Amino acid sequence: MQAQLRKSLPQAAIAWFLASPLTLVLAGFLVLPIVMIVIVSFWGATEFSIYPAFLFDNYEFLLSSRVTYAVFLNTAKYALVTWAITLVLGFTVAYFLAFHVRSLTWQVALFLLCTIPFWTSNIIRMISWIPFLGRNGIANSALISMGVIDEPLEWLLFSDFSVILAFVHLYTLFMVVPIFNTMMRIDKSLIEAAYDNGATGFQTLTNVIIPLTKPGIVIGSIFVVTLVMGDFITVRFMSGSQSANVGRLISNDIALLQYPSAAATAVVLLITVLIVIGILLRFVDIRKEL
Amino acid sequence: MATGDLELAALTKRYGDTTAVDAIDLKVPKGTYCCLLGPSGCGKSSTLRMIAGHETVTSGDIVLSGQNITDAPPARRGTAMMFQNYALFPHLSVIDNVAFSLKMKGVGKSERRARAGELLELVDMSARADRLPSQLSGGQQQRVALARALVTDPQILLLDEPLSALDPFLRERMRSELKGFQRRLGITFIHVTHSQDEALALADLVIVMNDATIQQAGTARDVFDAPRNEFVARFMGGHNILQKDGGPVAVRADRIAVGRGKAGLGARLSGVEYLGTTVKLALDAGAAGDLTALVPDAAFFSDPLSLGDEVTLSWDAADEHQLAG
Repeated sequence: MQAQLRKSLPQAAIAWFLASPLTLVLAGFLVLPIVMIVIVSFWGATEFSIYPAFLFDNYEFLLSSRVTYAVFLNTAKYALVTWAITLVLGFTVAYFLAFHVRSLTWQVALFLLCTIPFWTSNIIRMISWIPFLGRNGIANSALISMGVIDEPLEWLLFSDFSVILAFVHLYTLFMVVPIFNTMMRIDKSLIEAAYDNGATGFQTLTNVIIPLTKPGIVIGSIFVVTLVMGDFITVRFMSGSQSANVGRLISNDIALLQYPSAAATAVVLLITVLIVIGILLRFVDIRKEL
Repeated sequence: MATGDLELAALTKRYGDTTAVDAIDLKVPKGTYCCLLGPSGCGKSSTLRMIAGHETVTSGDIVLSGQNITDAPPARRGTAMMFQNYALFPHLSVIDNVAFSLKMKGVGKSERRARAGELLELVDMSARADRLPSQLSGGQQQRVALARALVTDPQILLLDEPLSALDPFLRERMRSELKGFQRRLGITFIHVTHSQDEALALADLVIVMNDATIQQAGTARDVFDAPRNEFVARFMGGHNILQKDGGPVAVRADRIAVGRGKAGLGARLSGVEYLGTTVKLALDAGAAGDLTALVPDAAFFSDPLSLGDEVTLSWDAADEHQLAG
């Protein structure tokens, strides 16, 4: 008993000790900055200075401005459309990889193929769309020479279409990976059992595969939604600065050195994203999946 | 051909160059408890999966109740399968698992739940109808899997090593439960196993397979008492195989009398295992090879032998059983 006690006490201490580096890193580089942002969001600002205070001016201005609502709505629209498209694409790709590719070698090879776009930075991936989609770009000239259209399509570039296209391109893999991961953990005999019980392919999909893939779908959705809602550079490049989302609102404020206003917007965005994640997590017990 | 009778005709399965099942012929009358017995890789599972429709047939036919079901989809053959690890849907409650095939057929919720409830009653699992499979013990999961397979009213239930996932104590209990269900339902069970004990205890018809072919088919007693060839004798165990002029013969280990200084085959005792009701003696009979004798414990301990003792082995000529080459 005593020996056990002597042994267990240092063990608890060791556990704390082992956890402390990560705790310190997270406290210093995540919690502290967020606390700073929250504090600064209550500060006051003039055109040329900011000063410590405890004012609700920033929030008042933010929440009473019609622009805020329009921009938040636009952000939500991008997130929703991108989420829907990446979900369908990601699920299909993962389903193909997990259930139709039989050999592990091919699964790994095709999976690596999906990651090839990530060998370059996302700015380059984004910018490479511009010569493709531009007024005289490859897409338009190909369509004209094929006789599908007579005039270049204007909406291909610097539009919501190009913004969402870039988002889908950048983030589909974040949907594929978690869904593929959960699908690979589905016991293949369950699929056979479903067929044995008379389920058609589609019934197996809706009654067995989708319910069992739900955790992956939720995790992928969290990735995509948070990435899209926090993005500012994609919207700027791909919309040709014609559309705005919350990220751009914040980045504009920072460019104008309006830190308190930027901080307030960031706090509201953070709360919005956390609410979305909270809703998504209601669908699945994420601890069980890790 | 009567309803419920199963017939396999020259059934063959090849994977590329390897033949998993080589033109086997088999007739299983309705209401038979049939065990496919053999070492791993002998083709027993492939045979079962072909009967279930989960494996395509390379050539040959499967006929059930006079209908050729060789290429029919799994759910339209009159067979149902109970999987090795039970393959219960982890996201569905016990009752929804059992009602799954009815849901697929489009049976209304209250009707399918009522029918699933009856099946759960049969397997004595009504009290746990709303649990998830992960909340059940191995034996309970097996009963749910049984109920799920039976809900389609199959003419044949196919069981793929159903007892291998259970601990030894539970295995014996579930074994007698399975036999009880089969007797009550009166349908054919085809049960794949690599355990001789399981096959002997359960089967009306034992099919011993090796190298993609059927080595022997018969009642449990036939197969154990009169093995047709060396493989069956060795695989069933409990036999000594002696090479005689007319070919190999099998002598059951419990028919060998072990004496001292009597007429018979000389041997040296090289090992003793106490098995409770019997004692298993390992004997080195020189040119005749290593033999085994099973002696009742009372007989052994009335005159105990020790390792290295020289003994003589004898048996009735009638206990010698001729084996095919």
